[in-house]
Amino acid sequence: MLSRTADHLFWMARYTERAENTARMLDVHVQTALLPQSTDDAEQGWRAVLGISELLYGYNQKYDKLTQKDVIDFMVRDPNNPSSIASCLRQARENARAVRGALTTEAWEIQNATWIKMQSYLQTNALEQNPSEFFEWVKHRSHLSRGVTIGTMLEDEAFHFIRLGTFLERADNTARIIDVKFHGAKETPSQKQNGQSQSQTQSQSQSARDEVGQIDFYYWAAILRSVSGFEIYRKVYRDVITPERVAELLILRADMPRSLAACMGNVLSNLHHVRNDVSADTERFAGKLHADLKFARIEEILEAGLHDYLTVFLERIFELGNRISRDFLVPLAA
Amino acid sequence: MAHFFDEMYSGGASSEDRQVRQHYAEFASWLSAQSPETIARKRAESDLIFRRVGITFAVYGNDAGTERLIPFDIIPRIIHKAEWAKLEAGLVQRVKALNMFIHDIYHEQKIVKAGIIPPEQIFQNAQYRREMQDVNVVNDIYAHIAGVDIVRAGEGEFYVLEDNLRVPSGVSYMLENRKMMMRLFPDLFTRHKIAPVDHYPDLLLDNLRSVAPAGVTDPTVVVMTPGMYNSAYFEHAFLAQQMGVELVEGQDLFVKDNVVYMRTTRGPKRVDVIYRRIDDDFLDPLAFRPDSALGVPGLLQAYRAGKVTLTNAIGTGVADDKSIYPYVPDMVRFYLSEDPILNNVPTYQCRKKEDLSYTLANLEKLVVKEVHGAGGYGMLVGPASTKQEIEDFRARVIAKPDGYIAQPTLALSVCPTYVESGIAPRHLDLRPFVLSGKQVTMVKGGLTRVALKEGSLVVNSSQGGGTKDTWILEK
Repeated sequence: MLSRTADHLFWMARYTERAENTARMLDVHVQTALLPQSTDDAEQGWRAVLGISELLYGYNQKYDKLTQKDVIDFMVRDPNNPSSIASCLRQARENARAVRGALTTEAWEIQNATWIKMQSYLQTNALEQNPSEFFEWVKHRSHLSRGVTIGTMLEDEAFHFIRLGTFLERADNTARIIDVKFHGAKETPSQKQNGQSQSQTQSQSQSARDEVGQIDFYYWAAILRSVSGFEIYRKVYRDVITPERVAELLILRADMPRSLAACMGNVLSNLHHVRNDVSADTERFAGKLHADLKFARIEEILEAGLHDYLTVFLERIFELGNRISRDFLVPLAA
Repeated sequence: MAHFFDEMYSGGASSEDRQVRQHYAEFASWLSAQSPETIARKRAESDLIFRRVGITFAVYGNDAGTERLIPFDIIPRIIHKAEWAKLEAGLVQRVKALNMFIHDIYHEQKIVKAGIIPPEQIFQNAQYRREMQDVNVVNDIYAHIAGVDIVRAGEGEFYVLEDNLRVPSGVSYMLENRKMMMRLFPDLFTRHKIAPVDHYPDLLLDNLRSVAPAGVTDPTVVVMTPGMYNSAYFEHAFLAQQMGVELVEGQDLFVKDNVVYMRTTRGPKRVDVIYRRIDDDFLDPLAFRPDSALGVPGLLQAYRAGKVTLTNAIGTGVADDKSIYPYVPDMVRFYLSEDPILNNVPTYQCRKKEDLSYTLANLEKLVVKEVHGAGGYGMLVGPASTKQEIEDFRARVIAKPDGYIAQPTLALSVCPTYVESGIAPRHLDLRPFVLSGKQVTMVKGGLTRVALKEGSLVVNSSQGGGTKDTWILEK
């Protein structure tokens, strides 16, 4: 298929997935903001949300203070923020429109209808009145988009590039969601409780075996919920929530659909389907990343430091995205 | 108000002494049985569907980048079998002659030598492409896809308004309008025997494959678009999808050793036939406009070498130019030795002295058009214009007489149409699409455009026109 077509499909899927995960992340923080906490803690929470999405600078350009209302406005509506949900859904639709012929009618109509509905949604104050309901809607539209892809499209190259975009973006976003807790200069709840600084995650992992503080419990539970992992956690571990196990579930469990391991497994198999004469190195690169997850133990990761581990992972995902682009999507002139 | 031929009713203008024409009888009885609520609901539904499906066109100028719906009217334009048969024969004849004309002027120029068309009309025409002189194209076909604009003034009295031989658009609306009518009012289709149109993409693909360069047995066909911000982008994407071929932009193609390739995820792939929806000027920055980012460097060279087919060919504009239009009936006689079946609108060529003085003396009665204009821009409809507009236009014509032609204001037929105040007669035209390859083929139908403003004769969507489904009855 045309490289440009593949590029549009890939990014259509990435933007759709990014909108979904932004909604998930914001929803978690709206939920945790309901817990009793100091103004400082609340502010730190929102700062971390912006920081992990690399949007703190853009936010500070526009606003003086950190408030939930402004952060949500910035992350949902702001047309000048390229990562806002509105921007993502618009770009998903623009990419789809550029290659609507490569999609089934239903797949295109879902993208188009989402964009149309979003515009009317944002003209009301429904978002302010009930942000969770809006985030839920964004998630559902993403589910629909994915479902209609799987349910109606021929499993040809177009399909695999869409799937590739979905899983690469999800790997990135899940890593960021896990990392929020460790992001930013100020201490996170459990670190404060244990009087630790960020670099000392090793002893934190040991304390993980101890009973987790109440705030921490809610925090990790919210993280789990944000990736639809709360019930899964209960099913898999049948035990209290510990940060260690949450990390294991979201990073290493191959059967947890939003885990890094699952995402990378899917990236790899879709890459395999579209391989060409020059993509062997990229496949090897992805394979290594997948193998590292497949054969890792959570203890090792935590010993080395979760934040550092996730930072390196995000760098590798970024590099993989560049390689896919170079091999398939924006090839140099022959 | 003057009386115009009404597609649906015969007799007087008032509702008492008019009668439903026979081929509209079934529809009229159906319509009278529908409640206003049902109709209102169906009309709202069609808007919603068009928007969801994204059948929109981009508007140039103000509000650039916005997408608009072309208003769709649910009262069909119905043509009975005998009338269509005549139209079809006339269209086939006309397009055949036009293709022969283009071939001739880029080769021996017999029609010029015979003194039928003055040489300066062709060789000083900006649409004449020197690059095409003595270039041979497959089957000698240049205008593979023609969208001929036809209007009706009376019973059996059709006129060709324009032969669009460059990149005529609108066929996707012909197809989508039919789909919409079948979706909204399936019962109408059981009550009428309406010629189907949905096989148009198959005919088109067949046609495109049939003009592949010699020796290519399984040609790769692509549709080439200027991109998603072009006003007709929906149609480009639609046709590519319906034919199951790639929709490419200039940046997706490159030329190496006179062969055209597209960049794919599995490396370069050879392209044999390009159905291009982009004007000559933008095709190849090396040959035409150097600032064009839409084209493909080296494309003309590859084309002249016979390694790729362009549809339509380069240089067809010389035949649908308004200054050449008056000669089309002569072409039919000259190349085919037949009498033209379809009428031309009498045309005054302002480059001729006596025509110019007639035009200037009668501006308020005439339609004056720019020779190279299109899309309803740059024209004067005398009877519908203010004194000031007429005087402004007079100055333009005097300044550059050879840039204009004038035609009598035709009493274009009208058809009942839903407007804000209810159902009212509105003027319309018809654009059937004629395909030329190994044979000349067409589907029975076309795009009917309707001027929604009362009294307006301008049907272009860019000027606020709407569309209707077009039914050719098979019995």
